Amino acid sequence: MTPIAPTFFFYFLSAVALISAILVITRKNPVHSALALIVTLLSLAGLYLMLYAPFVTGVQVIVYAGGIMVLFLFVIMLVNIERAMKEEEFNKQWIAGLIASLLLGGLFLAVYFKGRAIFPSEFTKIPEQMNTQQVGMLIFQNYLLPFEIASLLLLVAIVGAVVMAKKKLS
Amino acid sequence: MIPSTDYIRLLPELILIVFGLLVMLIEPLLGEHNNRKGLGAIALMGAVLSILASFYQTGYEGAAFFDMIHVDTFSIFFHVLIGLIAAVVILASFEYLNLQQIRYGEYYGLILLSSVGMMLMSSAVELVLIFIALEISSIGTYILAGFRRNAPISIESSMKYFLLGSFATAFFLYGVALMFGATGSTSVYTIATTLAQGATPLAYVGIALMFVGLGFKVASAPFHIWTPDVYEGAPAPVVAFMSTGPKAAAFAVLLRVLFATEAPGWFWLIWASAVLSMTLGNIGALVQNNVKRLLAYSSIAQAGYILVAFAAAKDIGISAVIFYAAAYAAMNVGAFAVASHLANVGEKYVTLDDYAGLGRRAPGLAAVLTIFMLSLIGIPVTGGFLAKFYVFQAAMQSHLTGLVIIGVINSAVAAYYYLRVIVYMYMREPQRDVPVLKMPFALGVSLAACLAATIYLGVLPGRILDYAMASARVLVR
Amino acid sequence: MVPISYYLVLSAILFACGVLGFLIKRNVITIFMSIELMLNAVNLSFVAFASYWQALSGQVFVFFVMVVAAAEAAVGLAIIIAVFRTRQTLNPDRVNLLKL
Repeated sequence: MTPIAPTFFFYFLSAVALISAILVITRKNPVHSALALIVTLLSLAGLYLMLYAPFVTGVQVIVYAGGIMVLFLFVIMLVNIERAMKEEEFNKQWIAGLIASLLLGGLFLAVYFKGRAIFPSEFTKIPEQMNTQQVGMLIFQNYLLPFEIASLLLLVAIVGAVVMAKKKLS
Repeated sequence: MIPSTDYIRLLPELILIVFGLLVMLIEPLLGEHNNRKGLGAIALMGAVLSILASFYQTGYEGAAFFDMIHVDTFSIFFHVLIGLIAAVVILASFEYLNLQQIRYGEYYGLILLSSVGMMLMSSAVELVLIFIALEISSIGTYILAGFRRNAPISIESSMKYFLLGSFATAFFLYGVALMFGATGSTSVYTIATTLAQGATPLAYVGIALMFVGLGFKVASAPFHIWTPDVYEGAPAPVVAFMSTGPKAAAFAVLLRVLFATEAPGWFWLIWASAVLSMTLGNIGALVQNNVKRLLAYSSIAQAGYILVAFAAAKDIGISAVIFYAAAYAAMNVGAFAVASHLANVGEKYVTLDDYAGLGRRAPGLAAVLTIFMLSLIGIPVTGGFLAKFYVFQAAMQSHLTGLVIIGVINSAVAAYYYLRVIVYMYMREPQRDVPVLKMPFALGVSLAACLAATIYLGVLPGRILDYAMASARVLVR
Repeated sequence: MVPISYYLVLSAILFACGVLGFLIKRNVITIFMSIELMLNAVNLSFVAFASYWQALSGQVFVFFVMVVAAAEAAVGLAIIIAVFRTRQTLNPDRVNLLKL
């Protein structure tokens, strides 16, 4: 007998993720878009949990939905959205854009359905209770250099953000 | 425990990081109105030391940090090339920053730190590290493009570069994800062994998407649309930097990803992109009046010539790519350095009309620019000629006659707009009064270096070519 | 159990949504959010493939993607503020010295 709960949660979470993703790109008010994006991120976090990645789930909620999205909301508050609200929502090439992204999505789907034979429908689960530990071992051993270099990336980003946001020297 | 030789294999990057941090630490100690030449000198020292460190690495080839980076002749070549580009650009920026009243020492810090990213791109053999290094170099250049704070056009070019760049990064990343899905690994060598047993459709799409991301970085068509606008808005020395450094690094990654993994099914992708880049770049350049835009379209076309060599057979093709990257860096940095000097305060004088009569007003500068233009056309005795020669020779040996014919026709078309610059300088009367400043010493040195490199590659290509051949052999093994 | 390919299909659709948003939106901040959407679609692919191959390196990659997303967000939003300061608009068509 196959458990029914994972299937239900998969469809539920994907539906939430998809609907909120569509809301992100169709809402006129950037604040609404940002809130919809947070919902997408949270439902993706749920899907990560179903894929046996509890640590990724935690980081997704704390860093992504919690940190990065707050940054977005801050900036939306800093700039004047009143005027953006009065302008047209989509640009003139929206039909071309729609066709292009449909083609792209279609291409990916074709690849997956063609290549589905290579993915078994069942997958063995990674032992969950060890996940965080194993991820930590990987990051601080094999991926030590990328981890350290990532700090350089953050440094460059901080320097860049400060330079760009600095007011002009008079 | 990490063995100490691992640190030597990372030495050039470490030196650049230390000097970059030093620049950032000293910057707040300087008064708001002091100029930043001292910081530039520190940055220059860092760049030179890292070049020396790259040479020192010759005795320490091998993998380091759990097979994250691989030091070999190939990586050393690109380390030295990127270090030289950074050093020359820093020299060319000394007076420029004063002139445009850019009093941010972060400028030099960002040049050094984004060079770290580019260097790592050339030695990384793990897609995780390649991706992070790519991002470091990109974010650094996004910011550098917006450094002319008095000019709205500069900040807008920064925004445009940023948005399209992140868009391309997402494609690259999706490609990496599919590659991981097809092979179960992100290490270039493991991917190679897995792909050797047969490729799935996932791998084909993965390679194509990674090419989209890297094609954006090298400004090859059809991912080139950002180039003219960004080059027009960004400060001229920064354009010299970002039209050569990140390009060389992205070509290095492309070489590693395509050849070391023996990835499947990219031939027609590269073929089409090469033809499109050459054609669209050259046609676009024909109608430009702004010298920076003209050079932007020219750099798209040059990327196309390099892609021709990708399509050719493995080892001679790779060595042609490497040689072309070096020659292109020398002539392009030189051309943009001249443009940055002539542009004057606020980059006011950047159209061809402003270059009219330059042969009389500043004969030395006009002569130098003429040599760079001749090299970009591919006239003998310059590096540009031999670079093109090797590329087309490699393509001919691989029986890519169609590609060679298109390339040669394109070179002929390209001669028109490069010669137009020369004609304006020597045969047109100036329309308005365009002042030419005295040549500052530092810029003179950097121009001399570019000139020497261009001529050296054109007259005595032997050593560099041997080195390029050796690097190619390391790569295909 | 839900097959892995279902997750991949969802990821592909989300990615296409992101591309669509990038191509058609007029507000710089929403365009940027579309890029975040694309990155998240990629992350979902990584985690799905990681559990297919039972290779945790896929999950580790996700952390690095998040670092990059955070760095891009910081820089991108700073650039947006700088543009807004000079132009007072978030519409890239209005920022018309350079066409987007």
